[in-house]
Amino acid sequence: MTGHGQGWIGKSFARKEDHRLLTGRGCFVDDRPRPDALHAAFVRSPVASAARVSVDLSEVSGVDGVRAAFASGELGVSGLTALLDREEFTATSMPILATGAVRYAGEPLAIVLAEDPYAAEDGAERASVDFEARQAVTSIEEALAPGAQGVHDELAANTFLDVAPFSDDEIDDVLASAPCVVRTSLRTGRQNALPLEPRGCLAEWVDRDEQLVLHVSTQVPHQVRTAAARCLGLAERQVRVVVTDVGGGFGLKCVVGREEIAAAAAALRLRRPVKWIEDRSEGLSASFHGRQQQYDVRAAFDAGGRILALDADIRCDVGAYSVFPFTSGVEPLMASAELPGVYRVPRYRARARAVATNKAPTAPYRGVSRPQIVAVMERLMERAARELSVDPLELRRRNLIDSFPYTGINGITYDPGSYRESLDLCERRLREEGWFDSRDGDRRVGIGFACFNERTGYGTEAFAQRKMAVVPGYDISEARMDPAGWVTVTTGTSAHGQGHETTLAQIAADQLGLHPDRIKVRQGDTDLVSYGWGTFGSRSAAIGGGAVRLSASRLADKIRTVAAHLLDTEAGNVDLVDGWCRRRDNQEDGLPIAEVAEVSYLRANRLPKDVDPGLSAEAAFDVLTSGTFSNATHGVVVELDPGTGSPRILRYLVVEDCGVVINPKIVDGQVRGGVAQGIAGALYEEIGYDAEGQPTAASLMDYLVPTASEIPEIGVEHLETPCAFTETGAKGMGEGGTIGAPAAVLNAVNDALRGTGVELDALPVRPEHIHRALERNR
Amino acid sequence: MKDQHLISLTVNGEPHEVLAESRRTLADVLRHDLGYTGTHLGCEHGICGACTVLVDGVPARSCLMFGVQADGAEIGTVEGLADGDRLSDLQEAFSRRHGLQCGFCTPGFLMLAEAFLAENPGATREEIREAVSANLCRCTGYQGIVEAVTEVAESRRERA
Ligand code: FES
Ligand code: FES
Repeated sequence: MTGHGQGWIGKSFARKEDHRLLTGRGCFVDDRPRPDALHAAFVRSPVASAARVSVDLSEVSGVDGVRAAFASGELGVSGLTALLDREEFTATSMPILATGAVRYAGEPLAIVLAEDPYAAEDGAERASVDFEARQAVTSIEEALAPGAQGVHDELAANTFLDVAPFSDDEIDDVLASAPCVVRTSLRTGRQNALPLEPRGCLAEWVDRDEQLVLHVSTQVPHQVRTAAARCLGLAERQVRVVVTDVGGGFGLKCVVGREEIAAAAAALRLRRPVKWIEDRSEGLSASFHGRQQQYDVRAAFDAGGRILALDADIRCDVGAYSVFPFTSGVEPLMASAELPGVYRVPRYRARARAVATNKAPTAPYRGVSRPQIVAVMERLMERAARELSVDPLELRRRNLIDSFPYTGINGITYDPGSYRESLDLCERRLREEGWFDSRDGDRRVGIGFACFNERTGYGTEAFAQRKMAVVPGYDISEARMDPAGWVTVTTGTSAHGQGHETTLAQIAADQLGLHPDRIKVRQGDTDLVSYGWGTFGSRSAAIGGGAVRLSASRLADKIRTVAAHLLDTEAGNVDLVDGWCRRRDNQEDGLPIAEVAEVSYLRANRLPKDVDPGLSAEAAFDVLTSGTFSNATHGVVVELDPGTGSPRILRYLVVEDCGVVINPKIVDGQVRGGVAQGIAGALYEEIGYDAEGQPTAASLMDYLVPTASEIPEIGVEHLETPCAFTETGAKGMGEGGTIGAPAAVLNAVNDALRGTGVELDALPVRPEHIHRALERNR
Repeated sequence: MKDQHLISLTVNGEPHEVLAESRRTLADVLRHDLGYTGTHLGCEHGICGACTVLVDGVPARSCLMFGVQADGAEIGTVEGLADGDRLSDLQEAFSRRHGLQCGFCTPGFLMLAEAFLAENPGATREEIREAVSANLCRCTGYQGIVEAVTEVAESRRERA
């Protein structure tokens, strides 16, 4: 361990991002002033499915302000093909602009470029689209029905991926003979991650650098660079992706959009900057969705309430295309690998499918499949407890993994966590506050719990198991000190609201003995870092933070070496504290770090012979295990309105363990924001489709995003089990709030419905479902 | 070009004249014609509130107004809240209470809250929660926002 704790880690240090964002000086992609830019609008498919489509753009160019319009084929780009190296996967290509067939309503067919966005839309409206509509496939049932219309010719049975990663020949016997078998048929609705800043980009060819510079609202700058270079036929060096402030992403912005590539291609052809800013209706109906899944799961328990076996059939409605780079396999693979969660499951069988439908493609959305698998396991626990007449929390305790490291039946090794402790604490708090007593009496009050872990710190090894053609995982950082002693730290992660400029500066500050204000974190520019995988999957603090800690610690080593020479001592005798290099054996003796910086650059003659001028260091970091696992228990108290069926949340408590907490304020904010999105999926948000495949929620009038009136105060308590696999001891935590909330809320609603004979197993739970259940019981 | 109107408006005390098409929204006039990009567009159909500015002191969704409707108006945007580099009490409280993450919704919430507190200096936490329900935030779960506005309401009352 280098550096002697300045103690910036663990402090609720005020965010360095806040000042600019609070004063309107943030720079989101649409904020870049470019008077010379052309604006793009897309001609989109009015139908969900057509065997043949053609776009007539002849009327478009006559529109005032329109400069060009391109349909597929005129753009000169190749499509995006995401690959999994698995036999059970069928690759399909996503053209940048649809050609031949149309596969979902809103699919882009042509791009129109004009002097302002209004004119671009005028132009797009003048395009005429000719198509031969065919039957749209709008549900998993339709897609899998024999003789169903094929979404892609090359797909058998409308299935991108059909895996049975866990088999067990004896599981049927176990299920047949077990004292208790419970089931669930969980269904979850389609959601849009809905970052408040829509997607968008500004593409420009810069002659001097021989580079296409692509400003884009994304979580994954290098991945966009790789995709853009491939589609446009450029070398990676010829593409520079720059990301400034990003107004939320939640997974939706961690895949590459067709529109960004089309805008870049147009900028190359026209040699003018091209800007595209998505509007909200496009975003809701034609960007990316997530979450629409079906589970049919059986669990066998012994008479003592211990799980004997788990048998799962998982179907994910992934829409019409496989997204780059994660593929349509991301949801089924995650679900089947991680279903057992925090419980000891001795026998496991799973089949998981990615089913193609004529709907917008799905991207990973905060938590990816884990909100569902947690809901499945927690429903099973509740049911088994009832059948066996055991307290449901006691039943959970009998099954929780309680010795670590633990390698599960799924082959995953779980690092130490506080599974049992978090449940105990969550229960104790709600008891102390009297919520258990509020279940007595006439009011329809229910309490729901969810125990779960979330794999974060998803390093190269964990991704390699998924067998994607590109394998994300590591991250790279450089720490550089200038001659005045100020530090720039680069990272390959790319924040969209998580406050990395602050958190990563805190990590580096402890290594360098500097105040975080002396450290500038730079991210989101592919010319700054050789490669990085961006920010998704709760990887940034654990993996990006690890790379930062290593690069800063190497820089600190070099500073100590130079300081030792100047102080006439050994490097091991130098501490970096509060901006000073101090002799450990004589704290009075020392020199400012800034002097070391000055010597390193401006007076290199004073350097020791074997030390190069300059002060910088680079490091890569990876988590070389199955990953790291944060864990939490959520407890929620819900009251149902007997008249309307509306659920109201009376109390929400999260007890969570993400290892070392770097900045408690930021962690709490991530938890609360995550819970709000989980509640949204549990009670409000859904993108439905009609029988023709038209989305029924194309504006925020129909897509019910909860407001401050629907989201309760959320209590957060921390347990800290430091992680042995990360440099900082931190585990990721960005998704946990979203993962736990649907299960906890669903259990609470069902608890409040006890005695009605109705159990709800579909999300979102709507007041009408609850009302019907209450009416039945009247 | 057809259908252009010369309008004059004052933004944060600065007078401006601008030529705008009649269908051009106030948000676009502010953001793209005048460079006040602090005002954000999250939906362009009046639901999210990210585009909230003050028009003659009253909060308005600038995506639902045309620029020409603001002819002669005094507009307040987020750029006008701080005094140079010194943040207002409300801005400070947002940072202290972690009322922002990505910061995209933040200008809208700040403008909404400023107008609400001016009208309702005695507002309670519950009233504040209801008032901020007019806008959407996708990141924070709202708690930091409600706490920040409540804290400012209380401290302004104490000082009054
Ligand atoms: S952008 Fe105006 S209300 Fe959403
Ligand atoms: S802070 Fe991101 S939308 Fe509110």
